[in-house]
Amino acid sequence: MSKMLSVKDLAVSFQTRRGEVDAVRGISFEVAKGEILGIVGESGSGKSVTSYALMRILDAGGVIKAGEATYSGIDLRRAAERDMRDIRGREISMIFQNPRAALNPIRKVGHQIEDVLRHHARATRYDARAKAIAALEAVKINDAEARYNAYPFELSGGMCQRIVCAIALACDPRLLIADEPTTGLDITTQKAVMDLVRDLIRERSMSSILITHDLGLAAQYCDRIIVMKDGVIVEQGDPVQIFSDPQHPYSRKLVDATPRAGETVRSLLPPDERGEELTPAVSDQPILEVRDLIKTYAGKSGPVHAVKGISFTINQGQCVGLVGESGCGKSTTSEILVRLMDATSGQIIFDGDDITRVPARSFAKDSRRADIQMVFQDATDSLNPRHTARQTISEPLRRLARMRGAKLAKRIEELAVLVGLPLPLLDRFPHQLSGGQKARVGIARAIALDPKFLILDEPTAALDVSIQAVVLNLLVDLRAKLGLSYLFVSHDLHVVRLLCDHVIVMKDGEIVEQGAAEQVMSNPQSDYTKALLAAAPKPPQRRNIS
Amino acid sequence: MLASSPRLRATLLRVAQSIPVVIGVVIISFLLTRALPGDPAVYFAGVAADTASIEETRVAMGLDKPLVQQFFIYVGNLLQGDLGQSLSSGRSVAADLAKRLPASLELTLSALILAIVIAVPLGVLAATRPGTWVDHLCRVVVTAGVSLPTFFTGILLIYIFYYLLGIAPSPLGRLDFIYLDPDHVTGFYLIDAALMGDWETWRGAAKQLILPASTLALFTLAPIARMTRAAMLTALSSDFIRTARAAGLTNRTVLYRYAFRNALLPVVTTLGMVFSFALGANVLVEKVFAWPGIGSYAVEALVVSDYAAVQGFVLAMALLFVALNLVIDLLYTAIDPRIGFSSK
Repeated sequence: MSKMLSVKDLAVSFQTRRGEVDAVRGISFEVAKGEILGIVGESGSGKSVTSYALMRILDAGGVIKAGEATYSGIDLRRAAERDMRDIRGREISMIFQNPRAALNPIRKVGHQIEDVLRHHARATRYDARAKAIAALEAVKINDAEARYNAYPFELSGGMCQRIVCAIALACDPRLLIADEPTTGLDITTQKAVMDLVRDLIRERSMSSILITHDLGLAAQYCDRIIVMKDGVIVEQGDPVQIFSDPQHPYSRKLVDATPRAGETVRSLLPPDERGEELTPAVSDQPILEVRDLIKTYAGKSGPVHAVKGISFTINQGQCVGLVGESGCGKSTTSEILVRLMDATSGQIIFDGDDITRVPARSFAKDSRRADIQMVFQDATDSLNPRHTARQTISEPLRRLARMRGAKLAKRIEELAVLVGLPLPLLDRFPHQLSGGQKARVGIARAIALDPKFLILDEPTAALDVSIQAVVLNLLVDLRAKLGLSYLFVSHDLHVVRLLCDHVIVMKDGEIVEQGAAEQVMSNPQSDYTKALLAAAPKPPQRRNIS
Repeated sequence: MLASSPRLRATLLRVAQSIPVVIGVVIISFLLTRALPGDPAVYFAGVAADTASIEETRVAMGLDKPLVQQFFIYVGNLLQGDLGQSLSSGRSVAADLAKRLPASLELTLSALILAIVIAVPLGVLAATRPGTWVDHLCRVVVTAGVSLPTFFTGILLIYIFYYLLGIAPSPLGRLDFIYLDPDHVTGFYLIDAALMGDWETWRGAAKQLILPASTLALFTLAPIARMTRAAMLTALSSDFIRTARAAGLTNRTVLYRYAFRNALLPVVTTLGMVFSFALGANVLVEKVFAWPGIGSYAVEALVVSDYAAVQGFVLAMALLFVALNLVIDLLYTAIDPRIGFSSK
């Protein structure tokens, strides 16, 4: 196979106020014609910076320090800016994560495609519209004519990503760089977008670089994988080989941490950190019973039925997974259960009492407030940026338990030890903590008042896989140690399978299936569950389970 | 057009929303002027008046009637376009305002246009070249504009350009006495003179206008430049700018079609606010330059408890603000397609 792109000893650094930071430190790789190369790494590994450097669209302060990047004979590092503008979009294109933000919010999507076509002289004023519509049809957008006049805010996330693809592919580039193209999209949308991208690449015999944090996704779609860490390549090779026999300790850690079938939550951790697994005590006594829960909002165009009469039971000590895609009503349900929102009708029997009798507005003063707590989705956004970890954890203790002084300080330290947060970090602000540490602070805050029932709203969605592995294990341990019951809200079926005893699958405000986790996962009854399972990335099985 | 009907509805709805505001303004301006300290009857009966003649004046002015009745008489007159008589100038308030409002508007608008012409490019340049001399210049101008009070800059400009250099005309009103006032069409001297084709008068009016307009512009420039710079910086660091650059679009296209149009939204909001500020800040500038505007008129009326004039002024200003906000909102709808259809 002939080379299309060849990178040699590439180094990129950024000028910051604290001096120079090396983001990429001498990496070399090649992309052959027709090949799909995956670059996998966690945040800060330099994988995105590498692609921006190839396109020469680094943010202010970023420079290529050393090395060569050659694209079919053209020196990308030294090419004139004018030549680079011709290469971008026509020879090498990019698609980005967060597709809605990647489009100009106040320009019709059709016009955004035309801008690119016209710029690269692929269309004139007269045929631009027709060619833009053709580009929309190429990415399989139904009713392309009507979508031409749409603004990004009128389209779904998956649709926006198709538009971003249409812009990237409008001028028939030879190389497509996809930077986390499906992060933040639903799992079935992710599959649709990835399948589309792969088909288009194969159809036009293009090459591609897929940048992702998801080793499973990369393994499924790529011919070859590069694993990056701290700006260097630690391993490269065939996906199956990396999965079955990772050579570098870091790739092994990544492979271990990737949730998939046939694993336990402990095996996500590196072997020497696994420790003894604690068995939680699950009783037959229900702690929470939901009966015919309905939530209807008054929408602009008639009522919106967010939750349409769902019923389920959570037993003491049980972990129940609530699975579904965006808009299925899982967030509404968890907000009602944690008593931040009132239901339209229905009952929530908690510990024998119907807690819907106390309106959400005055539930903060109820004695059962401490018993039901929540761990929020985004560890960063759910912490007050002006409060230290200590202040954040002390908040519920001071407000609800009226704890003060030495007693308060002692309890905070107890909690920090419990969630594995080093004590010196207690006086740091959120921006001085890592993602995993922030997640621990959020968990410590939720368990501060010894709750009986915890709602976990995608607590690991924003975390790197290796951190996710640690946090999931922490949650499992806490459940066993403190005798907690969980409602674990997630879109990641693999994670739910690892953590939960019982699974509820929701779609359009209704429960389409529920049952024991193992049974729902291995023998799904409803078509929707089957579709979800089919859409989840399937990393290759490990040959030797250690 | 698919989009036109909900958009049109949103526009009409917005126009309709300003009606209760106007009604509220009429009530409040009436009550406020009645609540002013001082008894207009005492004032206008004259120094030598006794109790009987004061009472006579009161009856003549209609101030002896109950407040509710006075209000309905006021509204009735208002509907016929009668704002009452100014007791100090002796003319009808409507006529006074028609003469003085254009003077203020001409000053404010020219100042604002001057400020936009300088501040917006300055802000854009500062945002695209952070840390360079343009950026520093922008910062200096913004700081100076905010920290120098208008009466001070006004006097400073008069001192330099009139007293020291002698290139500016005497700061006394809208037109030097050697010129005749242009025929009243719009009340804006620059426009009226241009309509007549009297370019000499036009130049004379422009000369008089430059110093007060610059004074006011210096004051309004700061927030506009600052907001433009901030909005451009935000827009330029957005994801869609990266998409546009990755698609190979030229810097010009990226800067103007993608970044600037998005940056316009906060800039337009700021413009609306700045315009209202400028109308208020006018009073001092008008005093310094003996500009026969609405601000100095209101201050004089207030001092002598000329309630009809004050009432007319408050009403005129309030209507102006309502109209301004309406224009800003409609501009917003024109720029941003997301407005009018709140998310789903």
